[in-house]
Amino acid sequence: MAKRIDVEDVNVFYGDFLAVQDASINIAPLSVTAFIGPSGCGKSTFLRVLNRMHEVIPGGRVSGRVLLDGEDLYGPGVDPVNVRRTVGMVFQKPNPFPTMSIYDNVIAGYKIAGTRKNKGQLDDIVERSLKGANLWDEVKQRLGRPGAGLSGGQQQRLCIARAIAVEPSVLLMDEPCSALDPISTLAIEDLITELKTRYTIVIVTHNMQQAARVSDRTAFFNLVGVGQPGRLVEYDDTAKIFSNPGVKATEDYISGRFG
Amino acid sequence: MNGALSTAPATAGTSLRSTLVGARIPAWAPYASAAAGAGVALLLRRLLDWTGWYTTFFAAAALFVIVLTGWSFAVEGRRQAKNRLAATLVAASFVAAIVPLVLILTYIGIKGISVFSADFFLHSMNGVTSRMAGGGLYHALIGTLEQVAIAAVIALPIGILTAIYLVEYGRGTFARTVTFFVDVMTGVPSIVAGLFVYTFLLLGFGLRPFGAAGAVALAILMIPVSVRASEEMLKLVPRDLRDAAYALGVPKWRVIVRVVLPTAMSGLITSSLLAIARVAGETAPLILLTGYTASINFDPFSGDQATLPMMVWDQLGKRSGTTSNDLTEARAWGAALTLVLLVLLLNVGARLLARLARPKTR
Repeated sequence: MAKRIDVEDVNVFYGDFLAVQDASINIAPLSVTAFIGPSGCGKSTFLRVLNRMHEVIPGGRVSGRVLLDGEDLYGPGVDPVNVRRTVGMVFQKPNPFPTMSIYDNVIAGYKIAGTRKNKGQLDDIVERSLKGANLWDEVKQRLGRPGAGLSGGQQQRLCIARAIAVEPSVLLMDEPCSALDPISTLAIEDLITELKTRYTIVIVTHNMQQAARVSDRTAFFNLVGVGQPGRLVEYDDTAKIFSNPGVKATEDYISGRFG
Repeated sequence: MNGALSTAPATAGTSLRSTLVGARIPAWAPYASAAAGAGVALLLRRLLDWTGWYTTFFAAAALFVIVLTGWSFAVEGRRQAKNRLAATLVAASFVAAIVPLVLILTYIGIKGISVFSADFFLHSMNGVTSRMAGGGLYHALIGTLEQVAIAAVIALPIGILTAIYLVEYGRGTFARTVTFFVDVMTGVPSIVAGLFVYTFLLLGFGLRPFGAAGAVALAILMIPVSVRASEEMLKLVPRDLRDAAYALGVPKWRVIVRVVLPTAMSGLITSSLLAIARVAGETAPLILLTGYTASINFDPFSGDQATLPMMVWDQLGKRSGTTSNDLTEARAWGAALTLVLLVLLLNVGARLLARLARPKTR
């Protein structure tokens, strides 16, 4: 079920402005890949290319190929809505739907999209997803309560449950812990280690220690100069990137000389 | 021992105290200044033989500001004096804005309540001439409620759908043009809207005045208010909620219907009720389009239909070109008070509904 991602020569534009240039990357299934890099280098933009969320922004445009198990997501006739059902996303700021209960939030992917399922199936999905997000025990007594009434860490786990409820092949996470306290961050990192047995995960993070803890491979993005587009500079096993990086810029970033 | 302990802190304390703590005028200073201002104004009135109270009032107000600011300047210093002056002027502006409103409401209330009775609400003016007591506003109330309801049914869907277009879909020239024309429409005088409907509907089809024609003019006046207010409410829905829904693989129209609209619902209800309240009292189009009758007409699509503003107009003798007397004036005030209460009810209702429809966090 988890798929591999192969990106070939992708350029990402905001209108006429080139944000990311000539990015190519191969991500193995059932692995965790971290995107690191300084602010504004295009890593979040590149992440959003992988589930066709970049084009939601007015003027957003992508050239190149993104292959999911060999199938091009940007091929002719491909419906972005279907792509987004296969490639899920969790955002930086937890965003449960405020008008819905916890139960409804988890099945939102089915409910809002209008997919018909009977109550028994929905109950199973809710339990499976909340257990998968390590949130079941904490909320099983109050599934009918509003989703917005949980703590930050719980809300983020609710968003993860919501994302995995639709059974994606890939899970993208855009700085999922940056709005959370250290305890919640630890809970989410443990969760990622569990989730990687079932999904391909790509995580953007500002926190290098987090990348070192959680990911199998790491991709370093950088701006090559002022006003220049971002580029994928180095992509390798996490252990190698953090101990003996090949490119000088990577080493400078890792050791904190800039960023 | 006490002496030794008390001298050292005292010297250290006072020097610290003087940099942080400044002199203050007492808390009763504003009242004293007001009293002084009033006192001097009354004295001047006596000495200078002022007639009426306006000059005295403004003199007292001016003296109050001068005394308080001067006192503050002398004791507290320039910065505090400026602060007090600004606070006083702001408070005075607030009072100046509220006083007319309160006066109007009180006056209408007192004048109108005298004619309120169960009969007043349940009878029409059928058979009641201007020299007779009795009668009521039932026919006018029905007319106002029906016409405002029809106007709302026409205008609110158009307004909300336009707002959805402008916020969710609109980019480029067409959206900018729509926004521009909506802004222009907010300023259209109500008589012009009335004239427009009169020309196209009544003259164009050769029709006599009827209730729904007035409703159409009210709808034209309601649409821009509804568009603008609904637009603001939809923009308040955070971007990341839409992003979360898109990321789940939900088509755009479903994101709008299932996420954006429910989240904005309490705001949309408020803006709709406020749009209704805005047009409920418009009179000019009704003069042209609905006519007036003293008897009850439940059918807004044929025949003259009375409305509350038109009843005020009629009772003051303007329709028949006569003058008013105590009886008709009392009824006019009653109709006016009912209209004010209707608008008040809509506003309060809007707030209550908004609170009920708000997304809960507990």
